Amino acid sequence: MKVSVQSADFDAGAEIRALSRDPKVGAVASFVGVVREVGMTLEHYPGMTEKALHRIVEQAQGRWQVMDCTVIHRFGKLEPTDPIVLVAVASAHRGDAFAACEFIMDYLKTQAPFWKKEAAGWVEARATDDRAAERWK
Amino acid sequence: MKVKLLYFASLREQLGTAGEALELPAGVGTVAALRSHLRGRGGAWELALADSKLVRTAVNQDMAPPSAPVKAGDEVAFFPPVTGG
Repeated sequence: MKVSVQSADFDAGAEIRALSRDPKVGAVASFVGVVREVGMTLEHYPGMTEKALHRIVEQAQGRWQVMDCTVIHRFGKLEPTDPIVLVAVASAHRGDAFAACEFIMDYLKTQAPFWKKEAAGWVEARATDDRAAERWK
Repeated sequence: MKVKLLYFASLREQLGTAGEALELPAGVGTVAALRSHLRGRGGAWELALADSKLVRTAVNQDMAPPSAPVKAGDEVAFFPPVTGG
């Protein structure tokens, strides 16, 4: 399991390849979030962020067969087309990989302490994100 | 013993501080009571921490509801709903 909160860019292809090396892995599902249209600055709560992400991954492991998992989330100044977040889940079969990947993203959206600020101001939390997380309960 | 208070994002900007060490006042033993105590400072505190404002809290780096206990030595953070991902 790898959880990283970093300002640096990441190579999604390299991260996915790293999850595919175990011959028991039959599926890697991944999600990359990208900055859309306007630049932003991402603030986070050092310490709690890592703790929250680890907890979310543990919950996914308790619900699905997760053989390995990588979560990378960036902070600091980001421009349009920059990748923000990567969630990649390795499993024996696609069902577990897809579900765990989506679960981790939905929980990250509502539980991990990140805040986006654009030129126009702080981004407001969306009720649709709360509903997306609720459906896993 | 004091509690370590942290403020993030829009809340940090409204309050004009990223955090402080606070001697826990007598009778303040929950997140809700602490929020109410801080609101009592008036001005920006009263506005930013008003009941009508969506403020999330964490105790010792875990999300915590208003009823969560707060004791000396704890780290308590106040912040708006999160918007990562």
